[in-house]
Amino acid sequence: MRALLAAVLLLLVVAPPAAADPPPIVRPANAGGLSPRELGAQLFAGNCARCHGSNGEGMAGMGPPLQDAGALAADFYLRTGYMPLGEPQEQPERSRVRFREPEVRALVDYVATLGDGPPVPDVDPEAGSVSQGLEQFTEHCAGCHQVVAEGGVVTSVRVPPLDRATPVQIAEAVRTGPYVMPKFSESDISDEELASIIAYVRYAKAPDDAGGWGIGHLGPFPEGMVTWLIAAVLLVAVCVVIGKRVSRP
Amino acid sequence: MRLRGWMIALLVLLGRRRRPRHDEPEERIVAAGPPSPRAELAVAALLVLAALAAALFVVLYAIEASTQALGGALAGALGLVAAALIVAGKHLVVEEELPAAYPEPHPEDQAAVGRIVGESGSRITRKRLLGAAAGTAGCALGAALVTPALSLGPVFDPSSLYRAPWRRGRRLVDTAGEPLLADGIATETFYTAFPEGASRDELGAPLVLVRVDPSELRLPPGREDWAPEGILAFSKICTHAGCAVSLYRTPKFEPVQPRPALVCPCHYSAFEPVTGGQVIFGPAGRPLPQLPLMIGAGRELVAAGRYSGAVGPSWSGVRKPPPERR
Amino acid sequence: MVRRQAATAEPIRFIDERTGAAPFARRMLRYLFPDHWSFLLGEVALYAFVVLVGTGIYLTLFFEPSLADTVYTGVYGPLQGRTMSEAYRSALDISFEVDAGLLMRQTHHWAADVFVAAIVLHLLRIFFTGAFRKPRELTYLIGVVMLFAALLEGYLGYSMVDDLLSGMGLAIGNGVALSVPVIGGDLALLLWGGAYPGDPTFESRMYIAHVLLFPALLATLIGLHLALVASRHHTQFRRLRAQTDRRLVGVPTFPGQAPRSLGLMFAVAAVLFALGGLVQINPIWLWGPYELALSTNGAQPDWYLGWLIGGLRLMPGFDVTIGGYTLIPNPFWGGVLFPAIVMVVLLGFPWIERRLTGDRSIHNVLDRPRDAPARTGFGLAFLSWVFLIFVAGSADRATVFLGLDYAGQIAFYRVAVWVVPALVFFIARAACRALQRAEELEREQHAAETEGRLVGR
Repeated sequence: MRALLAAVLLLLVVAPPAAADPPPIVRPANAGGLSPRELGAQLFAGNCARCHGSNGEGMAGMGPPLQDAGALAADFYLRTGYMPLGEPQEQPERSRVRFREPEVRALVDYVATLGDGPPVPDVDPEAGSVSQGLEQFTEHCAGCHQVVAEGGVVTSVRVPPLDRATPVQIAEAVRTGPYVMPKFSESDISDEELASIIAYVRYAKAPDDAGGWGIGHLGPFPEGMVTWLIAAVLLVAVCVVIGKRVSRP
Repeated sequence: MRLRGWMIALLVLLGRRRRPRHDEPEERIVAAGPPSPRAELAVAALLVLAALAAALFVVLYAIEASTQALGGALAGALGLVAAALIVAGKHLVVEEELPAAYPEPHPEDQAAVGRIVGESGSRITRKRLLGAAAGTAGCALGAALVTPALSLGPVFDPSSLYRAPWRRGRRLVDTAGEPLLADGIATETFYTAFPEGASRDELGAPLVLVRVDPSELRLPPGREDWAPEGILAFSKICTHAGCAVSLYRTPKFEPVQPRPALVCPCHYSAFEPVTGGQVIFGPAGRPLPQLPLMIGAGRELVAAGRYSGAVGPSWSGVRKPPPERR
Repeated sequence: MVRRQAATAEPIRFIDERTGAAPFARRMLRYLFPDHWSFLLGEVALYAFVVLVGTGIYLTLFFEPSLADTVYTGVYGPLQGRTMSEAYRSALDISFEVDAGLLMRQTHHWAADVFVAAIVLHLLRIFFTGAFRKPRELTYLIGVVMLFAALLEGYLGYSMVDDLLSGMGLAIGNGVALSVPVIGGDLALLLWGGAYPGDPTFESRMYIAHVLLFPALLATLIGLHLALVASRHHTQFRRLRAQTDRRLVGVPTFPGQAPRSLGLMFAVAAVLFALGGLVQINPIWLWGPYELALSTNGAQPDWYLGWLIGGLRLMPGFDVTIGGYTLIPNPFWGGVLFPAIVMVVLLGFPWIERRLTGDRSIHNVLDRPRDAPARTGFGLAFLSWVFLIFVAGSADRATVFLGLDYAGQIAFYRVAVWVVPALVFFIARAACRALQRAEELEREQHAAETEGRLVGR
C-alpha cells in the first residue's frame, strides 16, 4: 500500500504540468459590423498580440515574429487549435478550435498581410502515389511520427499521431515545421513528393489490416498486451475449468 | 474303429466340465462409474459440430476466404473438440483419486554403481597421471574441434570495425543518388546523405546533415573549418547501439522550446549539432562522429577527410585510431 | 465384456511383443497427477510449442532466407516497385499470396508470444510453491535454460524477416554483442561474419539456428524435463492428510487426466489459431523493408525482450574507459549484465535457498506462498525489479498516450527500480508472516474449543 502511494506521488511529479487553462477568446463587441479585415485585426489584438506583438513582430521570451508566417502557418496553427497557446513554454496540442469559421478566415487573412509569407497550399492527394509516400514518409517523418503515423517522442516532446490531420494541414506542417518539427521546402520535398506523403498519411489512417484487428499498428507493445490480457487470461481460465477433476463435498 | 474313436472324442468333449466364462470376478483396475447418456450426446454433438467447422475451413480455403474467416473456422473446430474432450473428462470418465508412493532412494544401486566403476579400475595404478593426460587430451581435442568456428568471422582483423567509405574528395549524394549542393541545404531541417560511388550498406556510409547559423557553432578545437557555411555532417548511426538517428528536434522559438538536437528513436540518445555531436541526453557514451565538409567548385558538398572518430556502437577499440594509421 | 477386451488385446499384444512396452505403458497409464489447475500451466507451454513446430514447418516451406535484393511486384500496393531482400519479399508473399499463409504466420507468432508467457506463469508457480527444491533441482534448471532458449529463438524468428522493426532490433543486438567487455568486438565479428551488417550468410545462420538447432535443443530439453518430472513424480499441495512427502494422492493419467490434457491441447491450439486469424500481429507490410539508414519511432522488441530495452534506455550515458581502451561500453549494463544477473539468480536459486535455510531434505509437498515468507518476499521483489525496468522501456508510449514527460519518467524509474523492490520485499514478507500468524491463532482457537468441549463433557 505504501509502495503504491509512493508511486502515485512520484508519478504526479512527472505528470504534465496541469495544462494552463486555454486563454478565453476575446471577441470585439460589435463583431457583426466589422469588415473581415477589421475583425482580423481586432481578434489579433485581443488574442495574439500578447505574445506575438501588436504587429506580429514577436516578443522576447513569449512568441516568435509572424511577419513571414503567412496564411499557411496561420491557417495551420488556428485550424488545429494549436493556437492560442496558454503559456509560451507549453507544447501546442491539437484541440478544439474555439474561433468560429469567419473568425479563422479573418485572422488568417490578417496574418498574411503582416508580411510576405506563403499562402494556404493547394493539395491534391490523388496526384500522389502511396508507395512513393511510404518511402518518403519513412525517410523524413517516421523517426518522429512512427512509420504508420501513430505518433511518438522526441525527448522530451510528444509527437502527435496524424489520424486527425487533413491533407491541407499535412502540407502546411511539412512546409512550416510547427513547434520542434523540421520544415521542408519545395527543394527538400517537392510538391509531387508532398502529395505522395499526404496520400500515404491518408492511407495510414486506415491501412490494410489483412491480419484482423489492427491493435493500433504499433507492433510488439499492443501485441504483448493482447498476449497477457487476452490469451493468458483465456488460457488460465481454461486451466481453472479443467483443473478440478475430483468433486469435493 | 474310426467310428469308435470319433464317439469317444465326442463324449470326452461333451463330458468335460466347461470352465465358467467368468471366474470369481477379476478385481477392477479402473473403478466403475455411472453412465451419463446426456453427456454422451453432448460430446457427440460437439464432435459433429467440430467436424462441420473443419469442413467449413476446407471450403473457405477453397474459395480463398479472408484470414479472419479461416482462423475463425479452424479455431472453432479445435475449440469444439476441446469442449468435447473437456465434457468427456468431466462426465464420461470415472472420478478416481488414488494413493501412491513417491519414489524411494536406491542406496544399494547407488553403492553398486560406485563399486562397479571403482572396482573396474583394479588394473590402474597411476590414476592421477592418466586422469591428467585424459583431461589434457579432452580439452585440447575439444578446443581443436571448436577452432573452425573462428572462420565464422574476421575475428583477428578488427580493421573492418573501423572501416568507413568517406575520404577527402568524396562527394555527398542524396537518397536518389543526386549530388547535394550547399545551397540546397536549408536551416531548420535535416537531410540524409551517402557517399558517391560507394556501398551504402555499411555503418559508416549514411550521414545526417543539418545547417545552422555559423555564429552558433561551438565546435571542438581542430574542427573550425569542418562546417562550411554552418553545414554540419554527422554519422547517422547512433553511437549507443547502432540505430539510425532520424529525428531532428528543431525549435522555431528557442527561448521557450527545447534546444536543437539530433535524436535516436531506439533509446532516445540526443546529440547536439553545434557542439560537434555531443551527447546531451540518453545512454550514448560517445558523441556522434562528425565528418568534415568542404564546398566544391560547383557548390557541391564534398567530404574533406575522415570521421572524427569510429562510427557505430562502442566496443573495446572504438576510441583507438584504426590499425593502419597507428 | 470379453469381446471388448479382445478388440484392444490384439494391437496391444502386437506392440508389446515387438517393443516390450507393456510394463512401461501400464505404469504410465496410471501415473498420478495432482488435482490443481496451476499444474496445467507447463502443459500450456508444451502445447504452444507443438503449435509452433507445426506452423513453423509450414512456414519453412515458403520462406526464403536470403538477403539478395529484389524488386517487389506482388499485390500489396504501397510496396510496389520497392527494393527489398528476398527474405522480406517471401514473408510478404506468405502474408498476401499464399492461401492461409497469413493465418499460419500470425498463429506462429502468437504461439511464440504465448509460449514464453506460459513458461513465465509456470515458472512463477514453480517458484512461489518451492517446487524447485530437492529432488527437482535439475528439472528446474532445464526449465530455466528452456526459458532463455525460447527468448533467443523468438528473437531469431522475427528478425529473419528483415523488416524495418526487426532490422533495428538486430542492429541493437549487434551493439549489445559489441558491448561485451574485451571480447565484444570479436564476438560481434564472429556472429555477423564481419562488421555490421555483416556477411549475407548471417541470414542463413539465423535461419538454421531458428528452424533446426534451437527446436532440436528445445525438443530434447522438453523430453528430458518431462522424463524427470515423471521420474520424480509431480509435487502436490497438502490438501488431504494422506498427502505427505512420501505419499501422494492424485488422479491417474488414464482415464482421468487424459481427456483433460488433450482438451487443453485443443483449447490452446484453438486460442492460438483464433488470435492468428482475428488479431493482427507483426504487420510487416506496414513497416517496410529494413535499411540501415532508416528508423522509426516506437520500435520495440517482442514483449519477452521488452525488459532489455528498459535496461538499455534507463542507463545514463557513459562508457567505462581506461585511457584509450573502452572497457565497458554502455549497452553492456542493460543488454548483457541485466539478463545475466536474472539468469544466474534463477539458475542458482535452489542452492541459494539451501544455503540460507540449511534445508537439505526432500520436498514433495508444496508450500503455499505464505508458508515461505522470505522466498515469497524475495520472489516478488525480484519480479518487481524486472517488471519496473520492463515498464520503463515503454515510457515513450506513456508520453504519447498519457502526456507524461519522458525525461521525468526516466528519472522516476531510475529511482523506483531500486526503491520499489525493497519495499515489496518487506511488505510481502510481513504479509506472509501475518497470514501465518492469523492461521496459527485460528488453529489454536479451534483446538482450545475442541478441548473445551471434551473437558466440559
